[in-house]
Amino acid sequence: MIELIIGKYNYWIYIALMMIGFYAMIAKENLIKKIIGMNIFQTAVILFYISMSKVRGGTAPIEWEHAVRYENPLPHVLMLTAIVVSVSTTAVALALVIRIYKAFGSIEEDKILEMKGDRTGKPPESVL
Amino acid sequence: MISAENLPILVIIIPLISAIITPLVGRIHRSIGWLVALLATSLSFAYSLALIRSVMENGPISYWLGGWEPPWGIEYVVTPFNGFVLCVVSFITIVITLYARKSIEQDVSESKIPFFYSLYLLFFTGLMGIVITGDIFNLYVFIEISALSGYALVAMGRERDALIASYNYLILGTIGASFIVLGIGYLYMVTGTLNMADLSARLPELYDSTTVRSAFAFFMVGLSLKLALFPFHIWLPNVYTHSPSTVSALMAATSTKVSAYVLLRLMFTVYRPEFVLTVVPVTKILLILAALAIIIGSVIALAQTNIKRMLAYSSVGQIGYIILGASIANQTSMTGSLMHIFNHALMKGSLFMVVGAMVYRTGIVNIEDMRGMGKKMPFAMAAFTIGALSMIGFPFTVGFVSKWYLAVGALKADMWYFIPIILLSSLLTAVYFWRIVEAIYFREKSEKLAGLPSEPAEAPFGMTATTLFLSLLCIVFGIAAFIPTKVAAAAAKLLLGG
Amino acid sequence: MKEHIVIRTVSRLLIPFIQLFALYVIAHGDISPGGGFQGGVIIGASVILYVISFGMEDGRRRVSESISDFMNSAGVFLFAGIGVLCILAGGAYLEYTAFAGKAAHGEHAEHALHLASHLGIYGIEIGVGITVAAVMMTIFFETARHEDD
Repeated sequence: MIELIIGKYNYWIYIALMMIGFYAMIAKENLIKKIIGMNIFQTAVILFYISMSKVRGGTAPIEWEHAVRYENPLPHVLMLTAIVVSVSTTAVALALVIRIYKAFGSIEEDKILEMKGDRTGKPPESVL
Repeated sequence: MISAENLPILVIIIPLISAIITPLVGRIHRSIGWLVALLATSLSFAYSLALIRSVMENGPISYWLGGWEPPWGIEYVVTPFNGFVLCVVSFITIVITLYARKSIEQDVSESKIPFFYSLYLLFFTGLMGIVITGDIFNLYVFIEISALSGYALVAMGRERDALIASYNYLILGTIGASFIVLGIGYLYMVTGTLNMADLSARLPELYDSTTVRSAFAFFMVGLSLKLALFPFHIWLPNVYTHSPSTVSALMAATSTKVSAYVLLRLMFTVYRPEFVLTVVPVTKILLILAALAIIIGSVIALAQTNIKRMLAYSSVGQIGYIILGASIANQTSMTGSLMHIFNHALMKGSLFMVVGAMVYRTGIVNIEDMRGMGKKMPFAMAAFTIGALSMIGFPFTVGFVSKWYLAVGALKADMWYFIPIILLSSLLTAVYFWRIVEAIYFREKSEKLAGLPSEPAEAPFGMTATTLFLSLLCIVFGIAAFIPTKVAAAAAKLLLGG
Repeated sequence: MKEHIVIRTVSRLLIPFIQLFALYVIAHGDISPGGGFQGGVIIGASVILYVISFGMEDGRRRVSESISDFMNSAGVFLFAGIGVLCILAGGAYLEYTAFAGKAAHGEHAEHALHLASHLGIYGIEIGVGITVAAVMMTIFFETARHEDD
């Protein structure tokens, strides 16, 4: 039991982070907070991959005379791609939120849902 | 110069390069963007056809990116299964590209048209990449490429509600994709490989491992979200309703089909049929979800007043059919399921294109206002009727062929209780399509339509012709069903490990 | 922040060195940590620093919208183009060793193959760098923009 908790702490952290992000994405009303939740969620995935490749006493996979063993570089490379994906998703999401704000005058989900389908309403003046 | 071995990469790289040069050449003249898109999709389709011919004659093709041998390098694989999907996706995309030119001029502001085609091609690249790749992480990257361009395409819709639809799609799509990448991580953790063929060889001895099973659970949930399988379908109706007409047609016809392809690919070729049938009997769950999707999708479609939303809910039901056939998992039902990927792409593509044509000419999206439309747009409504008949499953249409295969497959598997479900859903489909067909031909013109000039006015030639062409194919392939059936049967055999 | 003379002077001093460092990171990407992605981000960051200290109009005058759009496409085009060149040279997509051509079988075969793959990777790194830099700038400019559509 102890082994399960202490020995695999990295997975526990990743699960916790993932749940925090998941919660924020589902429960938060504010669209920006949802994006933050999404970022936490994606970071959890990155943490999972990176901690998976860690070898105790391992060094970066670059030829070095003192190196005993090397870490697995592949998950790092995969996560480089995942980071790019995550940045692009965030960029698209933020761009959408900016446009939503211009169109609806709010980034609170409940307020937007009230306005949804109502095409007559003029968007309020920008307060930025 | 460019030899035949390089066809698998050219299918991907031509639309990709076209996607990045479109915004540049679009500055010269805005219609160049469309020409580039048409050229790229046509070339992709031609190469896909060449690929599937070669595969049917000489067996699977494997292409090594950068000359790196798999499992170390990324591998592109073409089998009868994905060759079939490649052809379907690229073919439908050409037809929709032809349709897009006029439709997009109205839906998207002029300065954004080159960017629209750029995203359109990127979306297409992503879909083709998903289908052709033999590397599971590469699969994730392509899923994200198509998804990201998809979000942007949806957000180009005219109404501001399109933004909300796109945002929700983005959030749910990202959850789905993250689950998929987690599943990939779990598999990599135990097997140390990312190549699908290699994974499939290493997995059977690990079927008892919890890691492998959790990976499978992640894949199922992630893909169900992408696929809009009931009850994960909530993003789909809004997306289809609010995106530009071209995008609705494109997404309805290709993107969910490709997700269905990925689900089948993972279930039956990365994991083996014995895993999904006996070790973790996920097909039992999928059968229930599919049956629910079929019934509930049809019932909700019945209650809709917006035609695009009705078609979207109908799509939820039709996705159920694809999954139903795959989870019954015998040769006949699997053939039916694969046929339905193709057939539903034809039917739903043409139906959404009719709606796009109608919106282009009259701006009508409410079923109520469609009364008397038969006199206003006779050709478009003829196409709608054919599509509707096909959706119902009328004999000599494609809808009949795949439903027939599914029903026979269910009987063969001693699952007779799915026959009433298929019949009930066909009945419901008949009701919700027939009330429209009845309204457009046999009712007085609605107030909104009466306010417009009374002489017939079709959408521009490009839109009407492509719509009619696609709906005529619903009949052609309903009668000459043996052409796609041959390929689908070969693919089904491959999937079931025969 | 236009009036802050300290910030303006410091960034005026720093930006050339930041950009030089970015070029270094890109140029050494094939044999050591770093590469187009990181270098591109540094170039993008240098432009962002410029905009923060000198203002939007000044920044857009240096890097106009059409330039960053062009860079966006050009970088990817370079990447994909090198891949296609490999195909034209008779190899698989992105198989750089195809550039060696006949030399791959001559007496200096190893050297030729080595050089070919280095050249290929250099091209890729530069392509990635250009695109990443342009994307960084575009994202920054688009989100920082004030005017209504």
